[in-house]
Amino acid sequence: MSDASPIISIRNVTKRFKGAPSPAVDDVSLDIMPGEFFVLLGPSGCGKTTLLRMIAGFEIPTEGQILIDGQDMALVPPNKRPVNMVFQSYAVFPHMTVAQNVGYGLKIARMPSDEIDTRVREALELVKLDGLAGRRPDQLSGGQRQRVALARSLIMRPKVLLLDEPLSALDAKLRAQMQFELADLQDEVGITFITVTHDQDEALSMAGRIAVMNKGDIAQLATPSDLYEFPANRFVADFVGSVNIFEGTLTLDEPDRAAVDCPGLGKVYLNHGVTGAHGSQVWIALRPEKLYLHVPGEGKAVREAARDAPEGHNFARGTIKGMSYLGDITLYEIRLESGAMIRVSRPNLSRRDQEDFTWDDRVSMHWRADSPVVLLS
Amino acid sequence: MNLFRRKIPLAPLEYTRRTSMRIWVGLVLFFLYAPLVTLVAFSFNDSRRNIVWRGFTTKYYEKALNNESLMTALGNSITIAAIATVVSVVLGALAAVMLWRFRFPFKAAWEGALALPIVVPEICMGVAMLAFFAKLDLPQDLAWPLNLGQITIAHITFCFPFVTMVVRSRLSSFNREEEEAAKDLGATEWQALRDVLLPHMKPGLIAGALLAFTLSLDDFVITFFTSGPNTITFPVKVYSMVRFSVTPEVNAASAMVIALTVILTSLALKLQSRMGALAQGH
Ligand SMILES: Nc1ncnc2c1ncn2[C@@H]1O[C@H](COP(=O)(O)OP(=O)(O)OP(=O)(O)O)[C@@H](O)[C@H]1O
Ligand SMILES: [Mg+2]
Repeated sequence: MSDASPIISIRNVTKRFKGAPSPAVDDVSLDIMPGEFFVLLGPSGCGKTTLLRMIAGFEIPTEGQILIDGQDMALVPPNKRPVNMVFQSYAVFPHMTVAQNVGYGLKIARMPSDEIDTRVREALELVKLDGLAGRRPDQLSGGQRQRVALARSLIMRPKVLLLDEPLSALDAKLRAQMQFELADLQDEVGITFITVTHDQDEALSMAGRIAVMNKGDIAQLATPSDLYEFPANRFVADFVGSVNIFEGTLTLDEPDRAAVDCPGLGKVYLNHGVTGAHGSQVWIALRPEKLYLHVPGEGKAVREAARDAPEGHNFARGTIKGMSYLGDITLYEIRLESGAMIRVSRPNLSRRDQEDFTWDDRVSMHWRADSPVVLLS
Repeated sequence: MNLFRRKIPLAPLEYTRRTSMRIWVGLVLFFLYAPLVTLVAFSFNDSRRNIVWRGFTTKYYEKALNNESLMTALGNSITIAAIATVVSVVLGALAAVMLWRFRFPFKAAWEGALALPIVVPEICMGVAMLAFFAKLDLPQDLAWPLNLGQITIAHITFCFPFVTMVVRSRLSSFNREEEEAAKDLGATEWQALRDVLLPHMKPGLIAGALLAFTLSLDDFVITFFTSGPNTITFPVKVYSMVRFSVTPEVNAASAMVIALTVILTSLALKLQSRMGALAQGH
């Protein structure tokens, strides 16, 4: 991968809409490799669609450069770009049948009609719409329309397929199935996928790499597991997954150990140093599943369990204030002795595990010295 | 069962269940349709004078159809309406697309100016046209149908803004991403226009055309000011016949035109309702 040249290269691209106070996309640089499954993830209005539309050619960057396959796209109109897009609104043609919709691009390319028919049949099979070829879009469900839009782009066999929330209208089962289909398809035809979503589960399960966007900026670019386990800042930690964040002061920072004093949580000990810290103000991010709950009598055991940090024990006490049983896990809202709230999730390893704790129970919890993430911003 | 039957409260404008409303609706319908029904009924009356019913006949329809100057006028009217419709639809659609698609200086002023022929009283339009064509001093003794040019131009000026309004409202329901999707699949601007935008506009174009046709067909005031002695249209001819007496022949001719406009208007309404259904479909 290291010697391959990027299929899409976005260089310092900024997009300012007329009359908008802040740019929709702000000085973004990205390289996307051939065959990659790239996901743009971010909250509504953060500029995902705008970035995608600039790659497709429907918006012109205010500043910066977009290269596809090494070629500058500045003067190339959308119909001449080797990319295809599946729109957020699907944009299927209402006056054409499903088959006509899917075959439109090939018809424009003047392919012989019997060849078009074959390719359309294949494409419809691929998205599980065979049998609906003669229907009109207003006779389809939202998910079916979305798959028409997908087939309509796939049939063009583009180098890059841009998907703007391609699976948002599908039910969970079909969505999972389509995620696999897309991944298979990508292995098969080797297209590069750039997918926009604001569904983090979808992003984590499908992506090779994820760019998390915030207000037009890329907040972090990483693989799904890095994004989850090593978030770069509070925004990413909070947006991807569920997290407890506590403000604190860095009191010790050596190469192999560190300590943070959090008024909310207490002292937090780490078995590694903090890189790049220049102020003493930091934030501790602790994911709910990385905390272990204990009944108060087990105090000693907790101390034993929490002894992996060189400087001290990582534990805290509180009272259960909220509980929600989710089947595979139970989620607890706990008020710490400082008054701050913390969320802890506990796997239901046996069938009666959820009965171990109840409202207003006093509990202790511990976590491992490498579990907290120290965030500098 | 009666125990469970509740009285459904009256909605404010429930015409069918409130006595006062029923009377009101009855009066409206009576004053609206009684004259028309009488006119059509008496076109079948076997009497020269339109006062008492003497028996059923269709002879006045024959008479009207054999009245050469009346038929010439009808021919003129239909010719003018047809030409005015085609030109209005093209002009109106172009104006609608321009106003919908582009931003340009003085756009609001353009839009206002376009609506002017709709809001200005017809009599003023008529007088203005008369003065305009008098100043222009076009040759008057051209062969048919060129001699209808003056009226046709006048009709186009008041018909095409209606087409613009209808097409424009249709355009506002267009999803721009459909056009972009077409381009994304390789279509040029023109191909996208032909394959995506025009099909979307079609119901609006047809409704606009029918509107223009009926407007032109039954226009009296403006036509009266712009027609010469050899270019009488149907409404103007009927008016001149009525000046002598209201004969069943006039009734018959009017009934025919009513039939024509009713058919065209119901077609237009039907298309418009389909347009609404389509717009809701996606
Ligand atoms: N044509 C436009 N003119 C002006 N502002 C625009 C335009 N298109 C988008 N914006 C603004 O740019 C910002 C980014 O929009 P964008 O559509 O890229 O968001 P998004 O990340 O795709 O959100 P969503 O998840 O809701 O689709 C928004 O604040 C939006 O209001
Ligand atoms: Mg979007």
